[in-house]
Amino acid sequence: MAYRILIIDDSPTMRQLLSFAVKRLSGVETVDASDGVDGYKKLTNGKFDLVLADINMPVMDGLKLVSIIRGNPDYKDIPIVMVTTEGGKEDREKALSLGANAYITKPIQATNVLSVVKELLKIT
Amino acid sequence: MGDEKNIFSRAEEFMQLFKKGADFTQELLKENERLRFKVVQLEEENRLAKVSGASGSDKLAAELNKKLQSLKEEMHKLTERHRAVEAENKDFANRYLEIEYENNNLANLYVASFQLHSTLDFKEVLQIILEIIINLIGAETFGVLLLDEKTNELTAVATEGVDREEIPLIKIGTGIIGNVAKSGENYFVDEIKPFGKFDPQLPIVCIPLKIKEHVIGVVAIYKLLQQKPKFTELDYELFTLLAGHAATAIFSSKLYSESERKLSTIQGFINLLTK
Repeated sequence: MAYRILIIDDSPTMRQLLSFAVKRLSGVETVDASDGVDGYKKLTNGKFDLVLADINMPVMDGLKLVSIIRGNPDYKDIPIVMVTTEGGKEDREKALSLGANAYITKPIQATNVLSVVKELLKIT
Repeated sequence: MGDEKNIFSRAEEFMQLFKKGADFTQELLKENERLRFKVVQLEEENRLAKVSGASGSDKLAAELNKKLQSLKEEMHKLTERHRAVEAENKDFANRYLEIEYENNNLANLYVASFQLHSTLDFKEVLQIILEIIINLIGAETFGVLLLDEKTNELTAVATEGVDREEIPLIKIGTGIIGNVAKSGENYFVDEIKPFGKFDPQLPIVCIPLKIKEHVIGVVAIYKLLQQKPKFTELDYELFTLLAGHAATAIFSSKLYSESERKLSTIQGFINLLTK
């Protein structure tokens, strides 16, 4: 089965790292976006199975993006994973309360990303 | 005469009867002999049957014991094999995890080096170095300092978590950072303590940026992200990679910027002369 994942991060290094990590799952293809606005545009113009988004981004940050995505009934069930440097409990709780499904902190560990993505996409 | 004949006839009858009795007795004796032989024969058969029956069960028991022993040995061998296979499986599982870890590390190192050499723009190179240090190493406060070979001083050219102005000029050979730039050796603090007040002279890690043995600058890390308590093996590999690839990327981009600037100046002169 093919899965499409939208990766939203202002850092090209981070986008490439996340793309490398998730593409290790067979049938996964990724689309990149560099900020929240770009990400939301791409989400609404395409069909995606999961969103990986940073929190600290220019134009529109990740938290605002999550609340907008969840406000749209078409995307109320799409899994959203926040990938961020913010390791505090409050940041995590805020992201989850806004509708994110999972929260991964940097430095990035490909195995963590993979296990979270597999769980949310129900890949065995 | 008639009486004599009668007596003779009766004698004859008696004789015949006697003969029949003798024949019958003879037959009985023969039959007796046959039956006695038969009894002996049956007794012998019975005895033989008994003897052969006892030895057969012993033989069977011996055979069964042998088979049981062989099965036990086979079971023991299978148990041993099972244990060996289990140990092998465990070994493979551990090896798989190691390979998985190595694979992740290689992917990270590949992305880092790919990004470092993806541009010749000096500012972009610095930005990529910052991104690698944040995203792959997990540093929160750090600076990239470059060496001015004319003044022998290190200047902060890019920082994260602290303003550039907060890191003063550092003379080569002075303090931790100056000594790393002079010696070209990595510096790691023995124990990472909770971050207190920012002191530009006291990094927890200082990595020289080297092209071969020539130091062009350093990366000084002061604080790690709160979820990152210590360094991992990958960090040391990344530091080694940064020491080489980041230095080359910085050097190349600086040379490219200078050559572009010179080319632009020369082009300006040529345009002036040819007009």
